[in-house]
Amino acid sequence: MAQSNGTDVRLMKGNEALAEAALRAGMQAYFGYPITPQSEVMEYLTMHAPEHPGVVILQAESELAAINMVYGAAGAGARVMISSSSPGISLMQEGLSYMTSAQLPALVVNVQRGGPGLGTIQPSQGDYFQAVKGGGHGDYRLIVLAPASVQEMVDFVFDAFRLTEKYRNPAMILADGALGQMMEKVALPPVGSLPRSAAPWATVGKPATRERNIVTSLFIQPERMEQINLQLQAKYRTLEKEEVRCEQLQMEDADFALVAFGLTSRICQKAMELARQKGIRVGLIRPITLYPFPSAVIRKAAGQVEAFVTVEMNAGQMVEDVRLAVDGTRPVHFTGRMGGMIPTPEEILAKIEAVVAEPSLQHA
Amino acid sequence: MKEPDVIEGMEVVYRKPQTLTATPMHYCPGCSHGVVHKILMEVVDEMGIQDKTVGVAPVGCSVFAYDYMNVDMQEAAHGRASAVATGIRRVLPDTYVFAYQGDGDLAAIGTGETVHTVNRGENILMVFINNGIYGMTGGQMAPTSLLGMKTSTSPYGREAAVNGYPLRITELLAQLPGAYYVTRQSVHTTAAVRKCKKAIEASFRYQTEKRGTCFIEVVANCPSGWKMTPNEANDWLEKNMFPYYPIGDIKAPKQ
Amino acid sequence: MIRGTIVVDTQICKGCELCITACPQDCLELSPGLNQKGYRYAQLKNDTCTGCVNCAIVCPDCAITVYRQAKKPRSVAVTA
Repeated sequence: MAQSNGTDVRLMKGNEALAEAALRAGMQAYFGYPITPQSEVMEYLTMHAPEHPGVVILQAESELAAINMVYGAAGAGARVMISSSSPGISLMQEGLSYMTSAQLPALVVNVQRGGPGLGTIQPSQGDYFQAVKGGGHGDYRLIVLAPASVQEMVDFVFDAFRLTEKYRNPAMILADGALGQMMEKVALPPVGSLPRSAAPWATVGKPATRERNIVTSLFIQPERMEQINLQLQAKYRTLEKEEVRCEQLQMEDADFALVAFGLTSRICQKAMELARQKGIRVGLIRPITLYPFPSAVIRKAAGQVEAFVTVEMNAGQMVEDVRLAVDGTRPVHFTGRMGGMIPTPEEILAKIEAVVAEPSLQHA
Repeated sequence: MKEPDVIEGMEVVYRKPQTLTATPMHYCPGCSHGVVHKILMEVVDEMGIQDKTVGVAPVGCSVFAYDYMNVDMQEAAHGRASAVATGIRRVLPDTYVFAYQGDGDLAAIGTGETVHTVNRGENILMVFINNGIYGMTGGQMAPTSLLGMKTSTSPYGREAAVNGYPLRITELLAQLPGAYYVTRQSVHTTAAVRKCKKAIEASFRYQTEKRGTCFIEVVANCPSGWKMTPNEANDWLEKNMFPYYPIGDIKAPKQ
Repeated sequence: MIRGTIVVDTQICKGCELCITACPQDCLELSPGLNQKGYRYAQLKNDTCTGCVNCAIVCPDCAITVYRQAKKPRSVAVTA
């Protein structure tokens, strides 16, 4: 363990750094089920939980059971985390829908792998739609943060706990197998640096001084169910106004904008460098919150750049949100790889060059 | 409405406990759910543990159990009550936690959670209402429906060759080392209600000892689903359910 | 014989008749009239009630409060 400037700096694997961050963030309970490529999260937690007395780490019999344990523990007022990878996250969708309706806070980590189906264990961003559009039944959203480094695997644990508790809506860290497995230097925040606000709604035993607390997602009267939906939607509008996060690189003079999140945004940085060496002024917009999506930033950029190129490790999912933001005012292109394949900077550069060469852009 | 303590010089000897809310129950006339709700809440009241008790309601007729039980409660997804109860109990280890489930919830869609909750020996009480039918959805076949039993999805009677056998999940769970106290009770007569209540009392007491899961199956009626009057349903239950689901302790702690 | 009586919450009673079956004194019957929900409700038909609480114990709707002539003063509800 190295100490620099009073900060705890270590070389850590993404999954382990995330687990350590959760312990430091005051996570009180974790429920999970092993699945590659994120099993190190639970392994690390079970190994290091004894250093944090009172923390509950439980390996469930399935992702289905695990997410419902999260429901129970979150409803009892605990700061709870669950992690899995794509197929396991699919199994949790029922529980996540229930938790948004019951307005329970919890941090869900998806270290994505290639799909559909059992797929592969290699990194992917194929769960973008599932993560940002709801995923389960009913009208709801998860708060989704997309880390692009091991440091962000740490930092976003704190951010996600803060957001999920503030809005009483499950938050997701949408990582991928590469981020989970890669090792980088990380600065770890101190234990106890994330205070927990009171949860007067939690089921902890009813004292004589208050009415009983009920955690439920059942509102059989349609008028009431609509009210709950309106509450959720109001919450989402607030999120869209207050909590959007986005990084912009070299956008000041850019004629073309790459849009990418997570791991692909790092590859795009290299592609951007290669393009600029060839005299093509390329910038990068990296959505950090995938929901709420930085539509305003992209819309604004549409007034500046000639075209957008969205890069993802899927068949083109976020590109739809980029197109919605641009609203037809500029061409929005897509390039990506699927099924666990990672696009190379050269592939992205080739796409940029093809876009630059398009006749519709040869007006100047 | 609270009745007076004394009438014509006679003192009140039995009244609804304050751990039940004033909300009238939505159950059909004569349904066992009401009786089990009542004795469960009587025990909470008498033990003085209302402020330390958290319940979990299932999906099924008793989905609104939290409307009636005046304790903190969570409503679980179908089949997941014991997983939810696990989550609660693990983060509130000094709380009395019970899960309340029907046969479809506990012994069909939630079988995995049920088996593993008991196998972990979670220190909770699982109340299992077995009436051999899906009541809320309109009388479909349950995992515990008897052979030959006519339901809306077994209109010619349950056939072993097609639907398998009625599941004695309580006997199955009793085999697990995590199970501390496993019993099968009923609430169709005064004596049966009293015995069932004693089993609930014991189960709450055992929770403080943290020695494993307490599991109470209640062989219950479903007058509407069985298409009988409540009294006919209770007679039918004795004649038909008890031979397959015999009443009594299946695994009791050594005293 | 110990004297007892009951008070039925007639608006909550669903007329399931389980109390009538449980009563060892045969002192309960269904009312001729209906409550607001359309159920005939349980009522005493004679004064032979001993306050044994059997009816209340089997009542699924907690509609029955039971009273009994005091032998010794008791303040808590009878349990079992």
